[in-house]
Amino acid sequence: MAKIVIDGVEYEANPDNNLLQECLSQGLDLPYFCWHPSMGSVGACRQCAVKQYRDADDKEGTLVMACMTPAADGAIISIEDEGAKSFRSEVIESLMTSHPHDCPVCEEGGECHLQDMTLMSGHNYRRYDKKKRTHRNQYLGPFVNHEMNRCITCYRCVRFYGDYAGGTDLSAQASHHHVYFGRHEEGVLESEFSGNLVEVCPTGVFTDKAFSENYSRKWDLQTAPSVCVGCSVGCNTSPGERYGSLRRTVNRYNSEVNGYFLCDRGRFGFDFVNNSDRLLEPVQRVDNTGELLADDQVKAFIKEFKADGTIGIGSPRASNESNFALRAMVGEENFYAGYSDVEHESMQVLLGLASDTAFHSPSVREIEMADAVLILGEDVTNVAPRIALALRQSVRNKAKDLADESRIPQWQDSAVRELAQHDLSPLSIISSAVSRLDDVASDKVIESLSVVAAMGHQIANKISASAPKADCSAAHDQIIEKVVEQLKAAKRPLIIAGNSNGSEVIRAAANIARALYNFKDNSVIDLCLLVPEVNSVGMSLMTNAKNPLGAALKKLHDGTAKRVIVLENDLYRRASRAKVDAALTAATKVLVLDQLPTSTTANADVVLPATAFSEHEATYINYEGRAQLSFQVHQCKKQAKPSWRWLCDAEHVDDLVERCCNEVPGLVRLREVLPGENPFIAGMKVPRQSHRYSGRTAMTANVNVHEPKQGEDKESVMSFSMEGMPAQKDASVHAASWAPKWNSNQSISKFQDEVNGELKQGHPGCLLIERKDSSGSYFKPVSDSIEPSENQLRLVFSYQIFGSDELSARSKPIQARMTDAYIGLSPKDAQKRDLRQGDVATISPLGSPVVICIRRGIKAGTALLHCGDGNISPADFSGLIEVEKSATQTTSRGIGNLIVSDFHEEEINS
Amino acid sequence: MLTLIKDTLTSQVVTLWRVFSHLWVKADTVEYPDVQPYMFPRWRGRIILSRDPDGEERCVACNLCAVACPVDCIALQKTEDEEGRWYPEFFRINFSRCIMCGFCEEACPTNAIQLTPDFEMAEYKRQDMVWEKEDLLIDGTGKYHDYNFYRVAGKKIGGKDKGEARNEAVPVNVRSLLP
Repeated sequence: MAKIVIDGVEYEANPDNNLLQECLSQGLDLPYFCWHPSMGSVGACRQCAVKQYRDADDKEGTLVMACMTPAADGAIISIEDEGAKSFRSEVIESLMTSHPHDCPVCEEGGECHLQDMTLMSGHNYRRYDKKKRTHRNQYLGPFVNHEMNRCITCYRCVRFYGDYAGGTDLSAQASHHHVYFGRHEEGVLESEFSGNLVEVCPTGVFTDKAFSENYSRKWDLQTAPSVCVGCSVGCNTSPGERYGSLRRTVNRYNSEVNGYFLCDRGRFGFDFVNNSDRLLEPVQRVDNTGELLADDQVKAFIKEFKADGTIGIGSPRASNESNFALRAMVGEENFYAGYSDVEHESMQVLLGLASDTAFHSPSVREIEMADAVLILGEDVTNVAPRIALALRQSVRNKAKDLADESRIPQWQDSAVRELAQHDLSPLSIISSAVSRLDDVASDKVIESLSVVAAMGHQIANKISASAPKADCSAAHDQIIEKVVEQLKAAKRPLIIAGNSNGSEVIRAAANIARALYNFKDNSVIDLCLLVPEVNSVGMSLMTNAKNPLGAALKKLHDGTAKRVIVLENDLYRRASRAKVDAALTAATKVLVLDQLPTSTTANADVVLPATAFSEHEATYINYEGRAQLSFQVHQCKKQAKPSWRWLCDAEHVDDLVERCCNEVPGLVRLREVLPGENPFIAGMKVPRQSHRYSGRTAMTANVNVHEPKQGEDKESVMSFSMEGMPAQKDASVHAASWAPKWNSNQSISKFQDEVNGELKQGHPGCLLIERKDSSGSYFKPVSDSIEPSENQLRLVFSYQIFGSDELSARSKPIQARMTDAYIGLSPKDAQKRDLRQGDVATISPLGSPVVICIRRGIKAGTALLHCGDGNISPADFSGLIEVEKSATQTTSRGIGNLIVSDFHEEEINS
Repeated sequence: MLTLIKDTLTSQVVTLWRVFSHLWVKADTVEYPDVQPYMFPRWRGRIILSRDPDGEERCVACNLCAVACPVDCIALQKTEDEEGRWYPEFFRINFSRCIMCGFCEEACPTNAIQLTPDFEMAEYKRQDMVWEKEDLLIDGTGKYHDYNFYRVAGKKIGGKDKGEARNEAVPVNVRSLLP
């Protein structure tokens, strides 16, 4: 620890940090633009100038940039010095010379870092009376708006987009005060993280396009701490509601999970909540028409289902509480998994590994610390996008090591990058197709899935001879050797796999991790196993291993079970059409709870409307077994209720959590995520509305001039009003980040222990799965016995960030980026079948239409199937398929929304 | 006793005289509503939304009036035309809550919302005191005749391209190498 003096007050400081970080960590106000907590300093904007003094006798001092000066022991600085203050106000005055008179018509207004800093720096009146430079804007796709006039050239956008997120299509162009940040030509921003530009840009150059269409100022949004339901990472979000509709999602800081950034699925996928197709009333199907049900009719129905012979099918996208309520209602033995049987099997393997003491499931922050990564058979960018962003940071650990050797501080962003050039930590990808991480991969092997798994086993065997050998051709020996060396040499190696394509790759990945564990004298190895949905882990912890979905469908089909309750799940995505049809027809009564109509609700006798993630309080468990609490943001004014409320009599979500803890062995610690008593200081709740929330007495005045009573929330520590505990006093439930003088999201530093640290009083979630099984052993490699005939191709399922997730695929902005179902083929296979890019083909066995997508980076003999949001169910296919040109050539979306530059590089776009 | 009687009588006679003498004094009371009082232009009465000199709606739906309002009686929703001009989709003032403080006018960056000298706002039904944009929007510029926000702002709208606002240079040609 170093001691530094700021304006005569002595502070403890971390000498590895710079002065700006330390000032902010101490809660002092110092303006800045180009510095970002996760991107370090470049000293471009000159806004954080302070006076530094040589010693106590030095009265003159020199101006230094706080972000470029280390917080060395004994540093004496002054923020309040008149010279420093006037320097800062002149700097911002010159930054503002061309800033347009736009604030009233700018989406950033009211949460603008530039507004805050202008005020903080004391620049009030414009003296510059010459002409303002102007710029033409670009169309940047459905997510982000561009308004270049507002730019103050801090370079944060390109530093995030290019340096941090690895995007290649946003750059700084032209020179001096003509500098322009945009694409080389108009077009959709390709990075999966483009939405973060909205939060990274300190002013309104990049704004949220979807939000702008239903705009509301930050202070008018009703917000609550929420968890993204787009994938299994469980990023923390702050959705905002106004006039009854969900308006936008922004990042909510969680030091362990998402930090400062979200992926575009998370940011723009919330809109399904506002979908006009939402199920909002209990409906009974009578002769193919819907008939509304009254309360007592629903009750009678539920009572009927409480009899014997009822089974329940859970859902990996429903909360723990809803799954538990269903399980409690039908009994554990009648509660079945809500995902495909293939996934069920791999989930069992995964759960076994989750309790093994040899492994550690790394959080996103820990993934960033890995210094050698091996990805086995998983397309991380499309399955768990936020982790792909973390992996892009992990490859920079090499640069950080080099910087340490040269005694360059980590925060010296451009110096560290210059030093390392293209020197990256090893990241090897062994999978069946190209991926969006290939540009930072040290090695990339494209092989069929069985070879991928075999290579995994082979790597394990090479690391530790105790691991079983696999049949693996010698073709890749060199790379295997290299990967083995890299993993052995690493201080913190990381193995990533997932269950998108069966369990064999998971087994291979586990063997590698175990071999490393043995090699490194039993030091715990990071093994990150990805699952596709928000609560896949939670549901699987509640499901008996002997209860896969297939067994449930069989029971219904053969009449052992008569009635079935399907919880927030479209069974047609989970099992083959024929089987689901047979089961639902055989069942005497089918009850489905869901938010949106699906093929399953269409075949139900009764459909009960369930609330969406923003309309109820719930807990979810992410890929690493981290339970997190998501609060209710707004009330559903129609008849939708949380699924558990339809199914059980519990009064309170806390009661269910309590019962979960007692009755489900894997969820014993779930209650730890519930907020403690302190949010209730003096009986005060935490307000969901900001203290400037406007329009209370006019919002509903058109309906009735007498204001309605404020919505009551009996469930949580939050209230639907502006009144209550100010977040400044207690931030344990922290939705919208705001602090006096800090209206933008940069105010987060006021809530952190230190910059990039944990939230004060915050809760990063609770790791549920205890590791106590030390008896784990190697898996035996299982080789793929199916040999394709001449016309057949090996099938691999491919996920898409936009479209694979069932709910976000119903969100309008996401739909604008989705493709049709497509099949990826190698040029060779395509030529053989006389197929060209964008053609429509049919795939056996059902003859479903798919669009052809030809990529060089697909193993010949392998077909990559993306099921889209249409009628293709992954469960209808297994192992081998045939592809034939279709007679009809009509598509709705086509594959035009796939990333253009990927095709461009491959030069096969016809 | 005598003094008391004398004082009482004098007092009554004086009072009668004073009342009588007022018969020739000019009355202060005006015959409202037949005679309308003069209201000063800056009187804070009924709120209106004005138009700019080109006859377009001045309100850009920035929400500043709503947030400035101490009784929260203004609610509006921003929307945008095809060419980028912001305007309110709806704009509602609940006059039964309004306290005529004029903060909204002070906060308005476009001079759209203005308080006028009209004070005759009583209604028999409270519900009738809720005014929508159709009721609030007048055809003129109100108290401020010349200001047109979009001529100053940098945002491009229909009829005004980039670089055409006041004090703006023509848009930069990013591909030019000239200084």
